[in-house]
Amino acid sequence: MKNKRWLLPEGIDEVLPPVSGRLEQVRRELLDMFCSWGYQLVIPPFVEYLDALLVGAGGDLDSQTLKLVDQASGRLLGVRTDMTPQVARIDAHQLRLAGPARLCYLGTVLRAQQNSFGSSRSPLQIGAELYGHSGMESDIEIISLAIDTLRASGLQDFSFDLSHVGIFAGLIADLELADDSRLALFNAVQRKSIPALKALLGQIDMDASRREMLLRLPELNGEDAFSDADRLLAGAPDGVHRAIAYLRRVADSVRARFPHLELHVDLAELRGYNYHTGIVFAAFTPRSGEEVARGGRYDAVGAAFGRSRPATGFSADLKNLLSISGRLREPTEPERVILAPWGDDATLLAAVAALRADGHRVLWDLPGASIDQYQHIQHLVNTPDGWQVQ
Amino acid sequence: MAFEHPITIALSKGRIFKDSMPLLGYAGIEPLDDPETSRKLILDTNHPNVRLLIIRATDVPTYVQWGAADMGVAGKDVLLEHGGEGIYEPLDLRIARCRMMVAGPLGWQPGGGRLRVATKYVNSARTYYAGLGRQVDIIKLYGSMELAPLVGLSDLIVDLVESGNTLKANHLEPREHIMDISSRLIVNRAAWKTKHKTVMRIIEQLREVVEAENA
Repeated sequence: MKNKRWLLPEGIDEVLPPVSGRLEQVRRELLDMFCSWGYQLVIPPFVEYLDALLVGAGGDLDSQTLKLVDQASGRLLGVRTDMTPQVARIDAHQLRLAGPARLCYLGTVLRAQQNSFGSSRSPLQIGAELYGHSGMESDIEIISLAIDTLRASGLQDFSFDLSHVGIFAGLIADLELADDSRLALFNAVQRKSIPALKALLGQIDMDASRREMLLRLPELNGEDAFSDADRLLAGAPDGVHRAIAYLRRVADSVRARFPHLELHVDLAELRGYNYHTGIVFAAFTPRSGEEVARGGRYDAVGAAFGRSRPATGFSADLKNLLSISGRLREPTEPERVILAPWGDDATLLAAVAALRADGHRVLWDLPGASIDQYQHIQHLVNTPDGWQVQ
Repeated sequence: MAFEHPITIALSKGRIFKDSMPLLGYAGIEPLDDPETSRKLILDTNHPNVRLLIIRATDVPTYVQWGAADMGVAGKDVLLEHGGEGIYEPLDLRIARCRMMVAGPLGWQPGGGRLRVATKYVNSARTYYAGLGRQVDIIKLYGSMELAPLVGLSDLIVDLVESGNTLKANHLEPREHIMDISSRLIVNRAAWKTKHKTVMRIIEQLREVVEAENA
């Protein structure tokens, strides 16, 4: 192992120049954009008590969370695997605003396992959350911000997927299913596995029309999703109709705001939405097998921290997003540096300070050292007219 | 019929490829080469927009999950081992059908101790025995499972059984039926969203022909 010390753990990566410089540039642009929308930056801790990380978000994050024992308290700590529950805790317990809170965040999260081949275990999560408003206006605001974020990240040709978890929830709400059956049904719909769904529905007691609705649900997506739903789900419980009407109004509004957006409506998309309760969305591009950003409404999370607040938000892995959009590979101007001779002369120190204040990159020429990562080097030279760049 | 979006379909050589061809043919997709004679790993088809990847059966879900292929044909056994994370599996193609079974030496009787089970299908075997409330030792093998009980490597095996002839030839007998296996059409999530029309049309046509053949 001794000579393999440089090796990083599986799925853990780092960003080096010049890519790191580009990443930082976009990071600043995005945070400035969030700021211009009125979203305030919060910086949650990298680790906290495990139960705080998991309580609001259900059990799904448990297996993804790296744990360690806090020597000071003897309690279990978790390294965050998703910052959203942390920000929900901050909103519910720390800020305690009466009105809406608009919060954004950016930081590294850690996954205990690699989600899929080639995916990072240490994504750089960026996101924005809007608390304290339960209408569809806040959903539309978050969706609009998500779309602007993707575009600002250089992603143009994405397809935006819109769904509502209340449609599936409404179809099974009155069936009084055992936990096992509900989970199995959820999994089958999530995988759009009609064979598995058919087998499961045969074992669960419900009337034939409901069985047919659940069986057809995975097909309700694309252009005809709403018209098909009107026909196939006509006899569904009220909750289903409310969810569909909500989804339809959000879709109309998003279409009106972004006429060129490729919008894809899927009435049965549940995948990856662990703690969500309403509208959910994700962005896909043909260049990535998985979504590049996702979000939605999750009204129940704050309750675990003593105050239930309506909540909606989105997040993305910035490193992944930018590598797919190509912004990390963009050719940039070759970096220009000015080499200043080493010295204590006051006029030299003043000249260097003035150049730096002007935005130039000035390196002290350390005696005996060579500069090999820059191609464009100018020199600061002492001339009869004072210090000059040549 | 033209395909609006470029589509890549992952298949494995052998039975799945042979049984998939008539179905894909019905959807208007015909490969220009035969994978049994050609050494190409990417087969062009009669549609410039559609190509077939010829890969190992166990790799098909990985290619589809990662989006290296938009669609694929994979056995239920392979999907269960992979976990199916991030993949849609909308259609049972009802090809390459067989049964996943527990088998053991003729007349074998359980002794005391913990059962040792050799299999290629670790997840399925573990889930099956956990469902029966039994703790067993699973021995992962990559092939020729029938050998394991004969040389004392394991008590039983979990394997796919078609005719049962291989078992018989090795003095084994099927004992318990775990599940029926057939091949599924699997689809990458992003392909489903971003190439929706094309993907839906292929699924629709495959569904038609599968239903007609199994009516």
